[in-house]
Amino acid sequence: MTGSATSGSTSNKSEKRSRSGPFWRPGHFSEPNGADSVIRFILGRLIKAVFILLAILVFNFLLIHAAPGDPAAVMAGEAGAADEKFLADLRANFGLDQPLYVQLWLYIKGAVQLDLGYSFRQQMPVAEMIGDRLPATLLLTGVAFVLSLVLGVAAGVAASARQGRWGDTIISTFALLFYATPLFWVALMATLVFSVWLEWLPGFGYSTIGAGYTGLAHMLDVAKHLVLPASTLGLFFTAIYMRMTRASMLEVSRLDFVKTARAKGLSRGVIQRRHILRNALLPVITLAGLQAGQIFGGAILTETVFAWPGIGRLMFEAINQRDYNVILGVFYISAAMVLLFNLITDVIYVIVDPRIRLTT
Amino acid sequence: MGKDMFKTTKLTAAVLALAIAGPLAAQDGTPKAGGTLNVVIQPEPPSLMIGLVQNGPTQMVGGDIYESLLRYDFDLKPEGQLAESWEISEDGKTYTFKLRKGVVFHDGEPFTSADVEFSMDKFLRETHSRMRTYMEHVESIETPDDYTVVFKLKQPFGPFIGIFEAGTAPMIPKHIYEGTDFANNPANNTPIGTGPFKFDKWEKGSFIHLVKNEDYYMEGKPYVDEVYYHVIPDAASRAVAYETGKVDVLPGGSVENFDVARIQAMDNTCITDKGWEYFGPLSWMWVNNDNKPLDDVKVRKAIMHGIDREFAKDALWNGLGKVATGPLSSSTRFYDGDTPDISYDPDKAKALLAESSYNGETIRILGLPYGETWQRWAEAVKQNLSEIGMTTEIVPSDVAGWNQKVADRDFDLAFTYLYQYGDPALGVSRTYMGDNAAPGSPWNNVADYQNPETDKLFDAAALMASPDDRMAAYKTIQDKIVEDVPNIWLLELGFPTIYRCDVKNPVNTAFGVNDGFRDVWIDK
Repeated sequence: MTGSATSGSTSNKSEKRSRSGPFWRPGHFSEPNGADSVIRFILGRLIKAVFILLAILVFNFLLIHAAPGDPAAVMAGEAGAADEKFLADLRANFGLDQPLYVQLWLYIKGAVQLDLGYSFRQQMPVAEMIGDRLPATLLLTGVAFVLSLVLGVAAGVAASARQGRWGDTIISTFALLFYATPLFWVALMATLVFSVWLEWLPGFGYSTIGAGYTGLAHMLDVAKHLVLPASTLGLFFTAIYMRMTRASMLEVSRLDFVKTARAKGLSRGVIQRRHILRNALLPVITLAGLQAGQIFGGAILTETVFAWPGIGRLMFEAINQRDYNVILGVFYISAAMVLLFNLITDVIYVIVDPRIRLTT
Repeated sequence: MGKDMFKTTKLTAAVLALAIAGPLAAQDGTPKAGGTLNVVIQPEPPSLMIGLVQNGPTQMVGGDIYESLLRYDFDLKPEGQLAESWEISEDGKTYTFKLRKGVVFHDGEPFTSADVEFSMDKFLRETHSRMRTYMEHVESIETPDDYTVVFKLKQPFGPFIGIFEAGTAPMIPKHIYEGTDFANNPANNTPIGTGPFKFDKWEKGSFIHLVKNEDYYMEGKPYVDEVYYHVIPDAASRAVAYETGKVDVLPGGSVENFDVARIQAMDNTCITDKGWEYFGPLSWMWVNNDNKPLDDVKVRKAIMHGIDREFAKDALWNGLGKVATGPLSSSTRFYDGDTPDISYDPDKAKALLAESSYNGETIRILGLPYGETWQRWAEAVKQNLSEIGMTTEIVPSDVAGWNQKVADRDFDLAFTYLYQYGDPALGVSRTYMGDNAAPGSPWNNVADYQNPETDKLFDAAALMASPDDRMAAYKTIQDKIVEDVPNIWLLELGFPTIYRCDVKNPVNTAFGVNDGFRDVWIDK
């Protein structure tokens, strides 16, 4: 989120807020003229995003090429042997024999036209590879994201309502445990317990191979395969959202406008939902926006352990093999996603925060 | 072993081997038709076109789709596959193959001598680096009729009869590839061979599906209806996939060695370390012979005697494999077990080190980034060497970084393992020849071992027609190399194939699961 903060009292929804309000300062719209200003804001952010993406592209390209390792040598290594012709052919085939600045220029030229190049190892267009794998990752991360957000916020609200009591202690302890436990260990333990011992859930894969399910049966099959990876991936973030929600709820509940609401005689539930939670959610939304990108990072591990055919795994394998175009392609898509999520977060502020609602 | 094979070949001058269906296969019980075979594949292959890509996973799946003229039993004796019979002339320069009749590719086109000539002379010469080297010995390929192929060699080349397996010399359909850009032919995505299984579907990141070739030339084979290769990137998850019954076959190297004992103890589970005889995977540490103090033979000998390889075998490799005796695997032809002693002897190592030029320098050990067993092995070596008074440090890297460091000679000791391809002229000489030591490759004479005498012998032995002469030459070579200790030989690696006991005959040849599942049947 960029820009200076705008905040203020909540008494008049049709006016731009004063600058002395509560703690949260989510954003600033210089011309509070409703839909037009929102569209202008979004367009402005989109233009900035294009430049940021280009900068990321160049940075990633240089970073990857600075790492030791030659993709032709890795591919030849897999073959167990190679002569000079083999290596030279590979390098020529993929343009690796050209100077770095030429490779960079060609890459950017292609990327601008959404041509992400060709995978050295898989010998197919990177865009096609990512297109094949992206739905699985979006499904996994999407479910994990929603699951962690809903559970985390609910647990945070529950814990804050019971501050200092047993309920709070139990929830906070579990959150700390989930937060501190390494993801790969959770993944392996979940597989051991639910797949090997209890035999309730499949331990790997996207669907039952060879089962030939279609329609609803296929969806149920995928859902069954999704349970372990999505809950494993979501666990860490559930803990973060819980802690953030709890802290934020407690902080907001001490502010003056809550006292005012109580003085007005509003019920506890209404104060919790309409006043405290709504304000307390803003930092959670900020965090969610930022972490939507990070979930892709976690997906690398989860997808590898659970053999989930997504882009996280694709990236992991590509890094090992120095398959430059695939790495850059996945970085490109991930960066675009992070920028998109940040933009969405900014727009959600407008919807959630009553202090920055614009006049119509 | 291999020596016997050559005696037979030479003395009769015309070996006629009927390629009957799987004389190698231990046919326990009457085969049953039908069923699905589920196999782990790791890593996911980049392509299934075995003529273009020669890595392990491609060979494994490709071995079901493509075939070659021969295949080889556990003793590396040839057996007919697409060739019905073959003859080698007295002078060792003419190889005549008679092909099977009635063989068709998966698209229905007949397989003939024209496909053999095209595959060997055009396609593989262009795409296959090992085959390019072998084909330098061939003067001409003649096809007097549709079912006869004659290779005329420039001079005798002993290992030639050993190159006709699917991973090295797959038969490529001429009618699909002739006149095309081989590497970018769209047909590479839908491979067509003569093998027992046809390509059906590849869902990237999940599975590869092959179905039975109904027109296969062997009556009744293959027995199983379909094969699924499951792509599971994590070793622990692969073990779980077997334990939960999702897969039936774990090819060698699929699971970490410390998991093998646990899986082996499961009901209905069989294990075999056969099927690697052709590859003869031998592990060693490259020694950078150009770096001080490793240029001192006494330092190298001290390291050799200072490393407890029995311990590594038992503790790290779950007792699998064999302690190496020198530069050749015991399954490789012309192996000589009677080489100078290089066994573990820390006292001798300490004495050698005391006499040597070693002055406490830190020796950099580059581990092989192929999983936990290899990491632990580097730690064990570090421990061994510290016990004899050497200071070492382990240099971490990933696969690409390892390749780079070895190619650049940026190490003192570097773990590796390489295949030997059944014959020292195919897989061993490349790592010891003085003129093959230029930096830039991690698979040549990385240690920069320079010995004009062994160079000459290697050159001569490859071109000898007589197996006895070759044996004598390779014996001298092995003695001399072991005496010089240019590398620290570790283990002949054991990569067990684990499978359900009701899956019959998953491993029938010196190539193991890479030779396809032609003879497999499921006893259910």
